[in-house]
Amino acid sequence: MSENILSVQNLHTSFKTGKGDVHAVNGVSFNLSPGKILGIVGESGSGKSVTAYSIMGILESNGCITDGKILYKGQDITKFTEKQMREFRGKCCSIIFQDPMTSLNPVFTIGAQLTEAIELHTSRKGKEAEERAVEMLTLVGVNEPEKRLKQYPFELSGGMRQRVMIAMALSCEPDILIADEPTTALDVTIQAQILELMQELQKKLGMAIIMVTHDLGVIADMCDEIIVMYGGSVCERGTAEDIFYRPAHEYTKGLLRSIPNVDRMGQKLVPIPGTPINLLNMPKGCAFCPRCENAMKICLEEKPVEMQMPDGHFVSCWMNVKKAMEEGKA
Amino acid sequence: MSKDALNKNEYLIEVKDLKQYFPIKTGFMKSVPLKAVDGVSFSIKPGETLGLVGESGCGKTTVGRTLLHLYNPTSGEILFDGKPVNKNTIHEMRKEMQMVFQDPYSSLNPRMTVEDIIGEPLDVHKLYSGKEERREKILELMKTVGLNAEHATRYAHEFSGGQRQRIGIARALATNPRFIVCDEAVSALDVSIQAQVINMFEELQEKLGMAYLFIAHDLLVVRHISDRIAVMYLGRIVEIADADELCDAPVHPYTQSLLSAVPYPDPKMAKERERIVLEGDVPSPMNMPSGCAFRTRCKYATEKCAAECPPLTDRGNGHQVACWNK
Repeated sequence: MSENILSVQNLHTSFKTGKGDVHAVNGVSFNLSPGKILGIVGESGSGKSVTAYSIMGILESNGCITDGKILYKGQDITKFTEKQMREFRGKCCSIIFQDPMTSLNPVFTIGAQLTEAIELHTSRKGKEAEERAVEMLTLVGVNEPEKRLKQYPFELSGGMRQRVMIAMALSCEPDILIADEPTTALDVTIQAQILELMQELQKKLGMAIIMVTHDLGVIADMCDEIIVMYGGSVCERGTAEDIFYRPAHEYTKGLLRSIPNVDRMGQKLVPIPGTPINLLNMPKGCAFCPRCENAMKICLEEKPVEMQMPDGHFVSCWMNVKKAMEEGKA
Repeated sequence: MSKDALNKNEYLIEVKDLKQYFPIKTGFMKSVPLKAVDGVSFSIKPGETLGLVGESGCGKTTVGRTLLHLYNPTSGEILFDGKPVNKNTIHEMRKEMQMVFQDPYSSLNPRMTVEDIIGEPLDVHKLYSGKEERREKILELMKTVGLNAEHATRYAHEFSGGQRQRIGIARALATNPRFIVCDEAVSALDVSIQAQVINMFEELQEKLGMAYLFIAHDLLVVRHISDRIAVMYLGRIVEIADADELCDAPVHPYTQSLLSAVPYPDPKMAKERERIVLEGDVPSPMNMPSGCAFRTRCKYATEKCAAECPPLTDRGNGHQVACWNK
């Protein structure tokens, strides 16, 4: 197990609300190797962000991890005290958020916010911290870094703010960077800049990245390994090639069919019927079965078990279990 | 194309040198113009879909809104079916021109039932003779967009994003328009729901024969739905062509980089393809560069680009490009 820098095992996270408990994450397991880019893809409400927040320990006050383990270099961080968590965040694992406007404090300068993180987590203080801040801004491609330190977030464009966020997240050299929809709020040309920058930094600094997004294009572009989530569970996990060229779960197949594709231009899109599930009213069996065209009796009653496909990737769908059994018999 | 769309005019919508400036206050009694749209010309045939793409702040939404006279244009001419659109004619014309908005959460009144939301355009244009007919029309519209009749008495908050967008579309269809502006109509939706709504737009067009101005930033979606695509940069159209031609053989350097920046959902293609990453950000529309607005980020820029703004010129087959060097 030691080769994994992060190992999430059977994670359950739920939120207490006035209408009852919302089980946002139901038994998510995955491993992250050092220096790899892992993508978590899913639609809104699939639990992808909650999984990321659970790792960082930054859930809303009404949410908690009800079951499962999150092992960072073999230590279970769900058992960490708040003080240990504070050490963990920043030094071991950082996060960047979707909206670079709201994740920077509007009343402090860029410099104040950058040096705060550096002073808290490293031994650099005062002038030294400031030097490090300039160094970080240069690294992420912000021009005139000394001038930027004295500016406020509103004086920067969206792309520049996201660069500042990345600089802040990387300033303490974490082993893991979690990027929660880092480019969703940005324009395509700026998105291309940021993705390029993240790939470059990953090669240079060698940290592992968890990329949370709904954009299959971004995932295909960036990730070595992919987890597809639906309704708080993992549908399928494997390498980028497995997921895009040999999808085995009905949801993954449907998702890939419903995006416009250059090879299929002029043809109708094939949407997934129905609407996303209500997390307050989860089906007993497979979360996707109300929208699945090939749902069987067992799908309604029992949660699918994860099985390994012949090519080595994992899928949680009864269809594949059935197919494997039939092949086994024959 | 429906029968009544076959009329004497070749174009349903003609826009000629449209300009829309907004005054931005810079001090007491002082203001500078923000040139949101700066000389845009295009036309849309009946039953055609024109895609309009560009980055945020390039003026694509303003074009859509000015077409419907939600803003009073600074200068330029908009013709609908050969007749000018202005404040005297717009009330009648709104019956023929409708809009679907981006955000299905804020574009529906939370205090109105679905029935009243869809019925409002019918009330405004007095398109029914009695209560019975109004109700009948509303139920038919709801059926067209795939909503159940029992949803009529519910409020917008009771619906999911995709269903709300269907309500917005039903409202736009209520007056039986010949032209609909879809302003980022599918951008706020999840991928699986987005495909449902895109298919519905296409089916409705086949059935009712209206023309769309489809404004979006997602190039894959725009290419899928459009017959022709116009690319905007800082208030001007830089390239306009047949959808496949524009995507397969882009001429303007901005279109080229825009297309290369689109993340493509295919890992092999994503790794092989060369990305043209543009330097820097979009200049502020309040302080536009002289000449060609794109020259500050363009690797082909010359002195001529700084001196003079390139006009849209035809490169054959209706493929128009505004660039001196290409």
